Amino acid sequence: MSLPPLRILIAEDSTSDRSILRRMLIRLGHEVIEAADGVAAVAAFQETTPDIVLLDALMPRMDGMEAARRMRALAGERLVPLIFLTSLTDAADLARCLDAGGDDFLTKPYNRVIIDAKLNAFRRMQRMHDTLSEQRDLIHARNQQLVDEQAVAKQVFDNVAHSGCLDAPNIHYHASPQSIFNGDVLFATPRPDGGLVVFLGDFTGHGLPAAIGAMPVAEIFYGMAGKGFGGAEILREMNQKLCRILPTGRFCCGAMIEVDFKAGQVRAWNGGLPDGWVLGGGRTPQPIRSRFLPLGILPADRFDGEMEALRVRPGDQVLLMTDGVLDCVDDAGNVFGEAGVREALADKEGPPFERLLAAASGFSADAASSDDLTLFALDVTDDAGWTRGLADTVGPSALTGPLDWRCEYELQGQSLADFNPLPLLLHLCLEVPGLRPSSGEIYTLLSEMYNNALEHGILGLPSHWKRNPDGFGHYYAERQRRLQSVGNHRVRFALQHEGTAQGGRLRIACEDSGEGFDVAAVLGSLSDDGRVSEPAYAGRGLLLLKRLTTDLSFHQNGNRVEIVYDWKHT
Amino acid sequence: MAIETRVTDDGDTLVICIEGRFDFSTHQAFRDAYEQGNAGVTRYRIDLADATYLDSSALGMLLLLRDYAGGDSARISIENCNRDVRRILSISNFEQLFAIQ
Repeated sequence: MSLPPLRILIAEDSTSDRSILRRMLIRLGHEVIEAADGVAAVAAFQETTPDIVLLDALMPRMDGMEAARRMRALAGERLVPLIFLTSLTDAADLARCLDAGGDDFLTKPYNRVIIDAKLNAFRRMQRMHDTLSEQRDLIHARNQQLVDEQAVAKQVFDNVAHSGCLDAPNIHYHASPQSIFNGDVLFATPRPDGGLVVFLGDFTGHGLPAAIGAMPVAEIFYGMAGKGFGGAEILREMNQKLCRILPTGRFCCGAMIEVDFKAGQVRAWNGGLPDGWVLGGGRTPQPIRSRFLPLGILPADRFDGEMEALRVRPGDQVLLMTDGVLDCVDDAGNVFGEAGVREALADKEGPPFERLLAAASGFSADAASSDDLTLFALDVTDDAGWTRGLADTVGPSALTGPLDWRCEYELQGQSLADFNPLPLLLHLCLEVPGLRPSSGEIYTLLSEMYNNALEHGILGLPSHWKRNPDGFGHYYAERQRRLQSVGNHRVRFALQHEGTAQGGRLRIACEDSGEGFDVAAVLGSLSDDGRVSEPAYAGRGLLLLKRLTTDLSFHQNGNRVEIVYDWKHT
Repeated sequence: MAIETRVTDDGDTLVICIEGRFDFSTHQAFRDAYEQGNAGVTRYRIDLADATYLDSSALGMLLLLRDYAGGDSARISIENCNRDVRRILSISNFEQLFAIQ
């Protein structure tokens, strides 16, 4: 295979030497350009862009060393081999040629075979250099494209991953600023009943694969929380989705908390995140321990989304964190760890969130910017009112629903343990045109009626258990236990709506198959100006119903409750 | 990081010993360790006596092994964990999936 000819520049002041070389190169099939001194050689180099330069070390006007230096500068990224022509034989002189920027040297007298071999060797080197340059440029271009795409994707991810009502005044969080995705997500949204639900997740790995799982999880979270589904149901749905879409070996550690400000209750679930904490009021911090496998590992039938109930008081703070907080490392290689967290929280000065963040940042110079570190805190307030403004994020539907309707819905047996009918019933009610802004109140009506029917009417749980923290936990454990053997019980809802001039009238009746209760005693404690003689954990639900409705009445043995709710267009 | 494997004398247990950090850099070696086709192996023993650290990608690799070894019917024990490694395994509640000793 004959190789393409090279364009070769010869810089040599001796006319005879130059012509010997020229003839030799032309016979080898190359194109030759000639220059008689250093200055002319540099000019010719610039003008003709040769592939290879043969130059004499000693020339008038500019010597070979200087010419070589200038040609190097002119060549830039191109690899143009510079070969010194010399009659020198002293090793030190030959070495000087290479030190001055030459790639090789040819000693006189010239030998055609050697010259041919050297030119070919340099041609190979040149080709390798070109290939490398091309590949480098290609990689650079591709990388730039990837970075651009990721920047857009990251923007989408950030909108999804840290969303909801995170700017609410009682929410604090720190998410490490990252040039590229980390796998942490933080969602928070008000519930229709005025509570709040929060999810903090940490996907295994980094980058796009870690970020991708965030999208469906966010959809599920906001979609279901807005419709009034409970934390356990949302978790179950997330888990199932992640099981389906994530490859084996990828999963999402996460924690969910559901806060009911009115009841002073937090329900929490932790699967794979470090301990969360409930802190405040000089009490021993209560841990929210990881008791479950992360999301995306267990199939739906084995997943456990049961949440533990914790009592909270106004002024308490609930903390959640990803393992980035524990993994902070100081200059000496020590890890912040659980001990660091405990120590920071044991200190009584200032709010726990700031304390812990300061401690972690102080511990490790780059804690604040480390890979995946999210710290979240929620202040428990006694006023759920702050969520009102945030709640109404769903725009009005373009479709008009029914105004006058009636339906009955009955839940039986084991379904009472397995299914939450409230989102379905709420959805029915919110189809009424104009009723959506009242979704919070309607959810409260439905859930108070349902919980009364189920917990007191059917399961026979005494509400006075909830008066102290131990009994409180006991109440929810017992609720769970009794639900497992609920037997042949039933709860029946009858809903009816009719339009009025200013709005509408919704009637809800809820009937359970339990034994009923002493209506007179309870109603007695409710009558007069709505005041109850004992503080707030028992009878609170009924009081709420009475305040929200036009009429509240009990029938049969107290196991049928009816309310009338009148509403006006706003 | 180094991974060594051996099969017990009775031939039914593959012992995988992990030294140093058990993290993403171990991915290929760990996979090779159990996929090398030891016919007759029905149990796996992961020996972490010399493992200093374990991260979430190692948890993922353990799940992959579990899948490979038959999912719910897999018989895998994880042994000799140091305190830090043990902590990570228990935060993630992996004792629900593996026999951790």
